[in-house]
Amino acid sequence: MPASSATQVLDREFLAIRCRLLDLAAGMDRVDRAEGQVADDPRWRQIHQAIDAIASPNGSRAERTQLAFSLPYSENWRHEYGV
Amino acid sequence: MHFIDPHIHIASRTTDDLQALARAGCLVVGEPAFWMGYDRSGVNSFHDYFRQLTEWEPKRAANYGIQHYAWMGINAKEAENVAFAKEVIAVLPEFLDRPNVLGIGEVGLNKNTKNEVCTLLELIDLAAKRNEQMLFHTPHLADKYQGTRMILDLLRGDSRMDRSRVCIDHCEEHTIRMVLDGGYWAGITLYPTTKATPERTADMVEIYGPERILVNSSADWGPSDPLAVPQFTFAMRRRGHPESLIRQVVYDNPLTFFNQSVHFNFRRPD
Repeated sequence: MPASSATQVLDREFLAIRCRLLDLAAGMDRVDRAEGQVADDPRWRQIHQAIDAIASPNGSRAERTQLAFSLPYSENWRHEYGV
Repeated sequence: MHFIDPHIHIASRTTDDLQALARAGCLVVGEPAFWMGYDRSGVNSFHDYFRQLTEWEPKRAANYGIQHYAWMGINAKEAENVAFAKEVIAVLPEFLDRPNVLGIGEVGLNKNTKNEVCTLLELIDLAAKRNEQMLFHTPHLADKYQGTRMILDLLRGDSRMDRSRVCIDHCEEHTIRMVLDGGYWAGITLYPTTKATPERTADMVEIYGPERILVNSSADWGPSDPLAVPQFTFAMRRRGHPESLIRQVVYDNPLTFFNQSVHFNFRRPD
């Protein structure tokens, strides 16, 4: 893999990340401006879980964001299905 | 750079797309049987579709210098009706013997139901009995993590399956590690809003390395880009990756995977 410093990668990615964060913020503002409430909508909660994952200091943010939008897995599914 | 798109639904694309693929350097496409956007009314509809993938689409692609290979199967969305799925599975052997067919695919799970699992077990059994390669579709969005783990559970439970001849497709950040750790090939699909982007695919190649990774467009009748593989190539180049690494992912890897099928007879251009 090419030896890029964190600063070099940030130089390359900064505007794209800024753009996507603004899209995210504006999209959530759009929901807020609309009539009604979504605070209890599970999808709204998933979005907030994903934002928490993105804001956390550790890596694997993309993986944890994906998991925020995923159904749980049961180890016993074959027994539950009888297959 | 020459490339192979190991998963694209040519039947849903125009001749303009074939021309664009050829101009971009595409030499080979793999076309899995899939859901056409509506449920088919009978087994004869599948029969005709399988003929299209094995007779007509190879000719269309050949007009643009592209070699066309196909996978035969019943997709997860139409696998819910187990009795109907059995009728479709019964006609598969006739087509699996055709000269452009690589194996059984794309089969897998959609909503991860018991009926889908029952159909999938029949398809895995057919593949094992015939020593066929397999291409697995993993579910969309919220169902993907659960469904991918269920598919891996089913494969782990069948000692007849050679994992090096199985591709688990549509992997994303939360599923790719388990697929590669299991010894399978991991397909990554580049879509405009769902699945992966060129940049995120480049991230996964950087994190996990290029071994056993297949990058595809899965371009079909929905929002998708038949030139997604070249978009990935561009993303990798922009980051400074060497041409040899990029070629491994977009050309050598699909060749290696497809070469495990008895019907793959790639003719490298002079």
